[in-house]
This record gives sequence, structure tokens and C-alpha cells, in this order.
Amino acid sequence: MPENRLSEPEDPFLSVLELQMGPQHPSTHGVLKLHLKLEGERIVDCEPIVGFLHRGLEKLAENFTYPQVLPLTDRLDYISAMNNNTGYCLVVERLLGIEPPPRGKYLRTMVCELARIASHLLWLATHALDIGAMTVFLYCFREREQILNFFEEICGARLTVSYPRIGGVRMDVEEATLEKVYNFLPEMERRIDEYEGLLSENRIWLERTVGVGVITAEEAIAYGLTGPSLRGSGVPYDVRKHFPYDAYPEVEFEVPVGKNGDTYDRYKCRLQEMRQSIRIIRQCIEKLPEGEVVSELTPDLDMMPGGRMLKAEAFNEVAFISFLQEAKEIFPKGELYSAVEGAKGELGFYLVSDGSGRPYRLHIRAPSFIHISAIPKLAKDHLIADLVAIIGTLDIVMGECDR
Amino acid sequence: MLTLDEVVQRLKEVLGDNFLEEGEFRGQRFVILRKDGVKEAIKLLKDLGFNHLQTLTGVDYLRIKNRKARFEVVYQLYSIEKRLQLRLRVEVPEDDPEVDSIVDLFPCANFLEREVYDLLGIRFKGHPNLKRILLPENWVGHPLRKDYPLEPEEKPLDFIELKKLNEELLKYGIK
Repeated sequence: MPENRLSEPEDPFLSVLELQMGPQHPSTHGVLKLHLKLEGERIVDCEPIVGFLHRGLEKLAENFTYPQVLPLTDRLDYISAMNNNTGYCLVVERLLGIEPPPRGKYLRTMVCELARIASHLLWLATHALDIGAMTVFLYCFREREQILNFFEEICGARLTVSYPRIGGVRMDVEEATLEKVYNFLPEMERRIDEYEGLLSENRIWLERTVGVGVITAEEAIAYGLTGPSLRGSGVPYDVRKHFPYDAYPEVEFEVPVGKNGDTYDRYKCRLQEMRQSIRIIRQCIEKLPEGEVVSELTPDLDMMPGGRMLKAEAFNEVAFISFLQEAKEIFPKGELYSAVEGAKGELGFYLVSDGSGRPYRLHIRAPSFIHISAIPKLAKDHLIADLVAIIGTLDIVMGECDR
Repeated sequence: MLTLDEVVQRLKEVLGDNFLEEGEFRGQRFVILRKDGVKEAIKLLKDLGFNHLQTLTGVDYLRIKNRKARFEVVYQLYSIEKRLQLRLRVEVPEDDPEVDSIVDLFPCANFLEREVYDLLGIRFKGHPNLKRILLPENWVGHPLRKDYPLEPEEKPLDFIELKKLNEELLKYGIK
């Protein structure tokens, strides 16, 4: 009633204001909704609401054959699809007990690192744009475009690549393309120096990132942060070092770590990681062994072409059914967990096999999903403007989170 | 230096009857537990240095024969300093699908437990905010259960049926 309202005026600065940020908001990087409780401009509480992009990938995977699941994994973290494909191929290879031939391993490592650079470039572009640096956005997209062009030359697709296959890679890479990639590396190194020149000592950038979203090493591990978000807090946990796969044990690289665990350290970590990726790609191309790209022990799955040849007869229905029946002898029963270092963090696959030609259960440990659950911890007592920086620094992608 | 054998031995001593089985597949060690021993086991492992919960998920073993319990909740733990990996598989019977929540030990289990509840219908006792996460709140059923119907009960009308219906309505002058 009006009389009451006049007699008891509510002070808007003392009461808690509830605000919905998203799901359509440019700086939530997709369809993430945050239910905020504010005191003035300060965040008291925050609840992330996810699931707007849920496509039921895990249920779909149960009803597909092993090779058919591969294109689904492209749609997880669509910015660095190579890493997702490799992660899925690794878990199936480990189930079968096979390994790709050396050339396949090196090619897979090379494209994974290219994808990591592309992903970090997109992260830097959008993160800087959120905080207000427009120029970096345009520069980063220029370099990312070149990497996507390489992907197009290597496998014909730019984003949803499906290039790594169970037992190796889809096809060999031509010498001319390798040379182009090799010549691109020194240029990319110069570009990273350029980004650092634009941002690292920029006063606005420092004020927006130093001391924002601080998380200690113990808390970061407890909250399940992985990848650069964890290494920014000084924990040198990298799946490439702890559970080596593909050609990573044979190449030299360092794991850059931060110190303070704030947004600035995570930014520094990712830039250093891009330099290390360049180092890995250079070694991969220099050391690239000759030979086959797909393992000979790979069972004749209907999506596995040998070299560049496609076996057309394998696609007809009869062959498909016989494959499902024969698969009973190919795939052993059991369950295993295998992870790769995706661009965002530890991307794990938990696979249960009942011996048939389809995965009985495929669980995907998506780093973005777990990183989002840490937003309330990071955002507490910060201003709304800093929340944008915190979402950016975790480098989330909703396709992976919602699966 | 702690080895995995010692860790499994410690688990066996502390859990007693709740410890069911141990095994290995492709170089990955796992232990199978009764659901009453979950919290104790994870607390012990955390004290032993297993600080990174790699994943937490659930499996519905309805279609696999000769199993006592229908569901299984899986905890994949890793020790970053000691580089040891151990998987806990917890049997959850169909008539009482409830496990102790470990959110107070591992905050990252918060979303993962909600996901298992959402997709498999296993409840977590003591979870601060147990509600659906990926699916809408008014969704019926738990899709990752093996008896969840893959096709809807009421199929939408296809084009030919719609055209017939439209023609019938036109006869009566309804547009």
C-alpha cells in the first residue's frame, strides 16, 4: 500500500538485488545464465545455470558404433576439435590395446597443438574484447584464420574436423602444407610478442586483471580446475606430462606456471603455452618419421579408410550388420578412463564396454562444466564488471559444458 | 614412498565388510565398494594425498547379466604429487539409489553429482543443492537409464497426415 511504502522507505543500497545475467549476453561466451545476488554493485552470491545447449551426446553415443561417435566429439569444444577427437580415439585405442604408427602420432600431436593455439587465440581475442581492448580481437582472428586454413588443407574442414581416427589419422599431410605450417611458426612467434606488447604492461589491462578472481593452489585443485586455469595458481599439473600420449614423450616442452593465481597470471600462462605449442609443432615437423598413418592392427571399422582410399563397399548395409556381429570378438569387456590435455583443461573420457560394437556408456569429463562450478567461488565480493573478466579467464565453451 | 598396493591394503583394513573387490584393466587399478563405505574411503584417500577428483559419474548396468546392483557410481581419483591413480566403483542397488555426497570434501563434485542425479536418478545425501542441471526442471524420467524410451510415445504427425487433416477441415469450411 502507498502509505506503508512512504512510511518505510527501502534503501536500495542496503537491500539485496537479484539480477539474471544471460543466457543471451555477449560476455557469457554462449548460453550461460548467472543468477546474481547483488549489494549495490558487489556480488554477494552467484548461481550458474547451465544446460541450454544440452544435446544428449552421452545418450547418443550409446546408440552409435565406435567410429560413429567420433563426429559427435567435434561438437564438444568446437574451437579445438582436434583435441576432442584425439581424446576419444585414445580411449578406444587403449580399449583395443593398439597404438598408432609413429607418423600418425606425430601428425596428431602437430594438429592438436595447432588447435590449442587457435583456441588460445580465440580466448585472448574475446577476453580482451570483454575487458575493452578491441584491437587485440582483430589481430587474433587474423592469425586464427591462417590456422583454420591449414586445417582446411590438411583435412578439408575448418572447425568440425574429425581428422584423428581410431588407430591414427585420416590421411597423410602433403609436404607443401607442412612447409607452410613450418614457415608460419616464426611469424606466429612475432605475433605473440605483439599481443604481449599491446597488453602485458597496458595500465588498463593491469588494473582489470591483477588481483581479480584470485584462487590459491589448494582451492584450485579442490574446485577441480585443470589446464591453464590451474597452472595460473602454480600447480604444474599437465596431462601431457602426467599421462603422456601420442608423441608428447618424444618432444621437449615446458609447462609454464603462474604464481598468484589471478586473472593476469592465467593470461601469462596461456601466452607462454602458445610459445611452447609452437616449439612442439616445430619439433614434430622436423622429426616427422616416414611410414603409414593408420595402425595396421586397427580392426576394419566402417569409417576407417586406409590412407586416402575410401572403401565404398564397407558402407552398404550388409557389411555394417556383419561388423556389429564381428565386433563382439574385437572389443574386450571392461572400463577405462583416459584423458587428454584439451585447450581448456583436462578432457577425460570414461568408457564402459560390454564387448559389443557400441560403447555401453561414454562419460565425458568436460573441463568447462567443472570450471563453471567454480565461478561462485571466484566471483564472490567482486564487482559485476570483474565477473566478465572472471568468466573470460576460465575460458569456458558451452558446447563442451552442456554436451 | 606410497604405492598403490599399500593404498588398496589400507582401504581394505579401514573399510572391512564394505570392501568388495579389487582389480585391474589396461593398467588402471580399481576397487569395488559397498555404498556405505564411500565417504570413509574418499576421506582416507584424500588424507593419503589423492587431491584431484578427475571425474565422478554413474553407470546403469541394467542390460548386463549377473550383476547384484543395478547402478554404479564411479570416482576417479588422482594424486598430483605422488602420481597415483585409483578408481572407486560403488555399487548402488535399484531399490535405494542413494549415496553420501562428497561435496564437503571435493567442491568440484557439486555439479558432477547433480549431473548424475539428473541423468541417472541417483540421489546424493547431504548435497547442498540437489536439483536437475542439464535438463529442464519439469523433465520426467532420467535419460541415461537403459530403460528410458528412445522414441516418444506420441509421435508428431507427418506431412501426409497433416495434409489429409487439412483437406478434411477444408470440407467443413474451416481454414
